[in-house]
Amino acid sequence: MNERYSRQELFTPIGEGGQALIREASVFILGAGALGSAAGEMLVRAGVGRITIVDRDIIDWTNLHRQQLYTEQDVIDQLPKAVAAEKRLTAINSDVDVTGIVVDVTPNNVLDLIRGHDFIVDGTDNIEIRLLANDAALKLGGLPFFMGACVGSYGLTFPIGIKEGQPCLHCLLEILPAQTMTCDTVGVISPIVVTTAARQVADVLKYITGAEFTPKLESTDLWTGERASIDVSKLKKNSCPSCSANPTYPFLSARESMRTAVLCGRDTVQLSWPENRKFELDSFAESIRGTVSKLVHNPHLLACEYGGHRLVLFRDGRMLVHGTKDIVAAKKIAAGLLG
Amino acid sequence: MTITIDLNGNSHEIPSDVGNVQQLLENLNLADRILIVELNKEIVPKDAYDTPIKDRDQIEIIHFVGGG
Repeated sequence: MNERYSRQELFTPIGEGGQALIREASVFILGAGALGSAAGEMLVRAGVGRITIVDRDIIDWTNLHRQQLYTEQDVIDQLPKAVAAEKRLTAINSDVDVTGIVVDVTPNNVLDLIRGHDFIVDGTDNIEIRLLANDAALKLGGLPFFMGACVGSYGLTFPIGIKEGQPCLHCLLEILPAQTMTCDTVGVISPIVVTTAARQVADVLKYITGAEFTPKLESTDLWTGERASIDVSKLKKNSCPSCSANPTYPFLSARESMRTAVLCGRDTVQLSWPENRKFELDSFAESIRGTVSKLVHNPHLLACEYGGHRLVLFRDGRMLVHGTKDIVAAKKIAAGLLG
Repeated sequence: MTITIDLNGNSHEIPSDVGNVQQLLENLNLADRILIVELNKEIVPKDAYDTPIKDRDQIEIIHFVGGG
């Protein structure tokens, strides 16, 4: 046994016993953006046993100021975040079994992806997918879900499912916001990313090592110095469709057709084909070589320019159309190329 | 005229015509957000946003955001 974790074991609340528990932990990180990068790095350094990290996007220049796992070369190589994250996290600690999966998490695949892990760490960028993760965690027997979110200089955290009688995320969100602030609209600075992820990971370590604590909804604004910490126990709803005695898990029941999304922080539309239509990238690259320009082709994706837009096709049946937020225009461009 | 409240740990002056929680949220441009409000350590339900605010009240507000 080397001394790798000696300083962490010297921390009395963890000790050698706690370190052994950390080693057994199997972690699912939902999203490999800013929070997922920061949390992933802390967790591999801490020495968890296994991490699965999933993400649907590729690395972009606008990510580099805050997404700490990625480099300029990753942008040039147009690597998917999940692929680059797996590589970097494994390089940091080869003892950890790290798997990166390039996938769009949906009601159809979320349970299969998460099953077998001990808990979920939130690295997502919108409230809808957090509510999907909340439902999935509850459906899988009440897996803890360490929620975190941040924009600007403001971040919040809430650990869900670590103690009986506490509310779930759906209990707290009576009305779904039509629009929330995103990194796209108000920007974000890296210190709040690291602060938010640090709180999530501290709660994870406390949970793994069996520390007693009452989960609180906490927020911090690093620019104004404002902080808040609220015990939300009283907001648990006996009628909650997600966590009551007779749950319907409404966010898991959405049926899939052709789905579209405008990505947070990006002038980009994502198109997802139903029933996991797979792209055979090699043959497809050959068939469009004469039609498109700036064709880049790696094992994970195919990127090109077409109709004045940069397009990225993933094997799992998705296309990113860059340079637009117009869903109809994006569909038209895709139809022009794919038929 | 202003009153002084403790807002998320910072001393904060608000016009004295801001008389209740709803008016405070409007004053802070937070009225259309999804949020949790605590007044003197008690959560204020949405149907009780007409609860009066007094000088030196301790208020915590956490709003939900999308990013990450």
